[in-house]
Amino acid sequence: MVNLTIDNRKIQAEEGQTILDVARKNGITIPTLCHNDALEPSGSCRMCSVEIGEGARAKVVTSCLYPVAEGLVVNSGSERVKNVRRTVMQLLLARSPESEQLARMAEDLGIHPEPRFKPSEDGSKCILCRLCVRTCETVVGVSAIGFSFRGPEKNVCTPFHESSNICIGCGACASVCPTGHIEMHVSPSGDVRTIWGRDFKMAACSKCGLYFAPEDQLTYISGRTGVPMEELMVCSSCR
Amino acid sequence: MTIKIKSFGELKELQEKIKAGRDPRKPGITLCVGTGCLAHGAMKVADAFREEIDKRGLSVKIDFRKTGCHGFCERGPMVIISPENIFYQHVKVEDVGDILEKTILKGEVIDGLLYANPQSGEKYVHEDEVPFYKLQTRTVFGMNSKVDPKNMEDYLAVDGYSALAKALAMNPEDIVREVVTANLRGRGGGGFPAGRKWEETSKAKGSPKYVICNADEGDPGAYMDRSLLEGNPHLVLEGMIIGAFAIGSSEGYIYVRNEYPLAVENINVAIKQAREAGLLGENILGSGFSFDLKVNRGGGAFVCGESSALFASLEGRAGEPRAKYVHATEKGLYDKPTNLNNVETWANVPFIIQNGGDWYAGIGTDHSKGTKIFSLVGKINNTGLVEVPMGTSMREIVFDIGGGILNNRKFKAIQTGGPSGGCIPEAYLDMPVDYDELTKVGSMMGSGGMIVMDEGTCMVDLARYFTNFLASESCGKCVPCREGLQRMREILVDITEGRGQEADIELLESLGASIKDGALCALGSSAPNPVLSTIRYFRDEYEAHIKEKRCPAGVCKALITYSVDPAKCTGCTLCAKVCPVGAATGEKKKVHAIDPDKCTRCGACKESCQFDAIIVR
Amino acid sequence: MEEKVSEIVQGYGGDKSYLVPIMQDVQKEFGYLSRDALTAISANLGVPISRVYEVATFYKAFSLKPKGRHHISLCMGTACHVRGAELISGNITDMLKIKDGETSADMEYSFETVGCLGACALGPIIVADGEYHGEMNIAKTTKLLKKLGKKV
Repeated sequence: MVNLTIDNRKIQAEEGQTILDVARKNGITIPTLCHNDALEPSGSCRMCSVEIGEGARAKVVTSCLYPVAEGLVVNSGSERVKNVRRTVMQLLLARSPESEQLARMAEDLGIHPEPRFKPSEDGSKCILCRLCVRTCETVVGVSAIGFSFRGPEKNVCTPFHESSNICIGCGACASVCPTGHIEMHVSPSGDVRTIWGRDFKMAACSKCGLYFAPEDQLTYISGRTGVPMEELMVCSSCR
Repeated sequence: MTIKIKSFGELKELQEKIKAGRDPRKPGITLCVGTGCLAHGAMKVADAFREEIDKRGLSVKIDFRKTGCHGFCERGPMVIISPENIFYQHVKVEDVGDILEKTILKGEVIDGLLYANPQSGEKYVHEDEVPFYKLQTRTVFGMNSKVDPKNMEDYLAVDGYSALAKALAMNPEDIVREVVTANLRGRGGGGFPAGRKWEETSKAKGSPKYVICNADEGDPGAYMDRSLLEGNPHLVLEGMIIGAFAIGSSEGYIYVRNEYPLAVENINVAIKQAREAGLLGENILGSGFSFDLKVNRGGGAFVCGESSALFASLEGRAGEPRAKYVHATEKGLYDKPTNLNNVETWANVPFIIQNGGDWYAGIGTDHSKGTKIFSLVGKINNTGLVEVPMGTSMREIVFDIGGGILNNRKFKAIQTGGPSGGCIPEAYLDMPVDYDELTKVGSMMGSGGMIVMDEGTCMVDLARYFTNFLASESCGKCVPCREGLQRMREILVDITEGRGQEADIELLESLGASIKDGALCALGSSAPNPVLSTIRYFRDEYEAHIKEKRCPAGVCKALITYSVDPAKCTGCTLCAKVCPVGAATGEKKKVHAIDPDKCTRCGACKESCQFDAIIVR
Repeated sequence: MEEKVSEIVQGYGGDKSYLVPIMQDVQKEFGYLSRDALTAISANLGVPISRVYEVATFYKAFSLKPKGRHHISLCMGTACHVRGAELISGNITDMLKIKDGETSADMEYSFETVGCLGACALGPIIVADGEYHGEMNIAKTTKLLKKLGKKV
């Protein structure tokens, strides 16, 4: 166990935890955009920035990555921290002005758009938090989507921006997306799901007959786990 | 060379044998074929020398040697005649016959090929008298003009690999201690003490341990690492092998820019030679220590100069940095203990081992030791690589060694530290150049780039240039760098195109502060420097752009007009001829005029005018 | 093509960490990285195509499109910038009607700006079809492009 201070509160924590883990466990709110407990932290959004140390040695770090240590002094709401968060949010608001989720979060944090930043007109709500790419790679294990280009041109896409033949249509990327950028459509009868520009035929439950998962996904699971397809053709409510 | 050197004694014997076979009085011609001189056409000169030497049957009587960069790139292609050490500059194919005939055979000096001081006109015969060289301390770089990079014998003839032999007989901890005592600081950017890195890596748990040489020199305007790797690859290798032994590493990488084909070639040749000679690979010099190296070419991304991005690239991924709350010395490449130093840092190591850490610490200032190679470029007379002790004044570098400003114009500022460094104004010309002094004035050492600017450089445009470079080199992982630099660029473009707004300077400052604090890696956190430092010293120039819609330096196209000075125009018609849009017109021998509505401010008229009659305001 | 890619990959022992050098070699062989080439690299190396595509678009050294017959690179290093490289870039764009990174529709010219070439004494510098041209200005650039066959 180590002893540290967050916002003047003395806290005991287990070694190896991050500042974010410990803060949340102790009821201290730190905003995040790219964090998900199921994934390794990425440190890309910088919303969770906090200030550590004191005086001239004080510096801003990302709480999702920084490990707690004995005697660590953390300030989760200093002026510098507020400036970083404000800037990050204003930059993202200008990047994705159409995302309602972002606008709501900004409002909660009392951050207003910077009028000098011209709002982007490309309609993209993607803030490159990487949750979708990381989920597809590490949780689903498919790596159907990834990044392309760098800097201002960086974006999340399927290779060559064409429909991917390895995507299984599971929709995990869409459900983890914090800004509503990744869209998943289902046909009126429920037999087809469309995501990343590709249509997926849905499998109907062998018991209740409801469409419940893309066939490709079931084939993938069967291949990975060795469970025969027939057993997988049952939806979760009938199982 | 294929003989395997099996012991320290054998190395010494071989060195002595090579030296004994070389007659110091024998006439020699050394030609620089570094990239700068090659661009000047040095290869044709080399071919001409070979041909003429053969034709005259002189091949046994004289040594002809092609070497890497000597540093005085402005004057290439250049030749040194030994043993007298005569220095010839701007040597052309036509001069080759004369050099052999007059200088080599008759001992005459060819006046027309000598270097003349552009200010005083004084000529110098010998290389060491030329002010550019005379005022330098060429410890690390000096060997470049003595060795053919593809010939290991040349390196052995100047006692190369003696430091390695000495190190292999020492305790690894004692080697680390020498480097700590020397207080050698990283030459690549941050200036982190190399000895501390070595210490941490050697103590770190985990295996294997890696040593890496960062040769991904991405700073535009800096090319000392390339010149070292191209010109003296064995020196870099020797440094790395010593480091590997001190740290306890058996595997290493050299990560080199793919844009440096000659450096890639020469280091690969050197590695092969070193392996064959038993200086690399299993049981080096019979010491029992084994170490080998691979060369990996970079893909062209500035961010890969950042250590964690470099590791990602070496692992076959896009060069995205990771947060460095755990040091690379503990978890670096493949999460193993890794010691990363750049080319110049490694090249310093053999000298420290040979002469001792105390010797090294005796050179330089309190906290910056040794010599540093600077790449002096821009609006300067003597463009080139300059090696001076830390603490040498900026004025000495720019005016005494660099020969002052091109075309006798007025010095305005010097930009140091690469794209994310800062601009230093005239008021600081007398400051001693070292890590801490540069940081104090808002710039940094970086890898040692020094770009000299005159009154014709617009500082707002320069800030826009660097921000544009950094925005497009940002890996795009974190928000402050990716989005913030884009917005900074947008605002700077607005200012340079006459759309600047009242509060823009303050916004740039606060945005800059947030990016510095918020960015993930060193590229991002130092990226606002060019903007912040130019605001700090040239705020009035920003204000002129924003409030008066005026570019005082006459650079920003949207804010300037071209016109003809009637007092100077002779009516030569040249401007009318070169103008691509027909904006410059006039009759022969009569004063010309430029139609501001048609003019695209391309600069062709000003460049062509022989009478300085084109006014840009 | 697939055979050649396989041969290059084998030359690196099928080691995934050599993805970047492998792509450099494949590009050197075929002039650019075609979709098929990238797919073959992915298959031979066992790296998902999304990762191969990511790396191919991340690094500036890679081109996913074929290049023109004449290749013109303009150095945009800082030394060249302060010596007026931007004016030259404007001139090239005006004459060839292609921007930085583009290839003309007739596949005759490719133009790109590059980071420092490290020959700062000669700035501004153009490398045209591998040959260095130093101390360039607008007039000399025009002349050079005409020499390469550009009708103006």
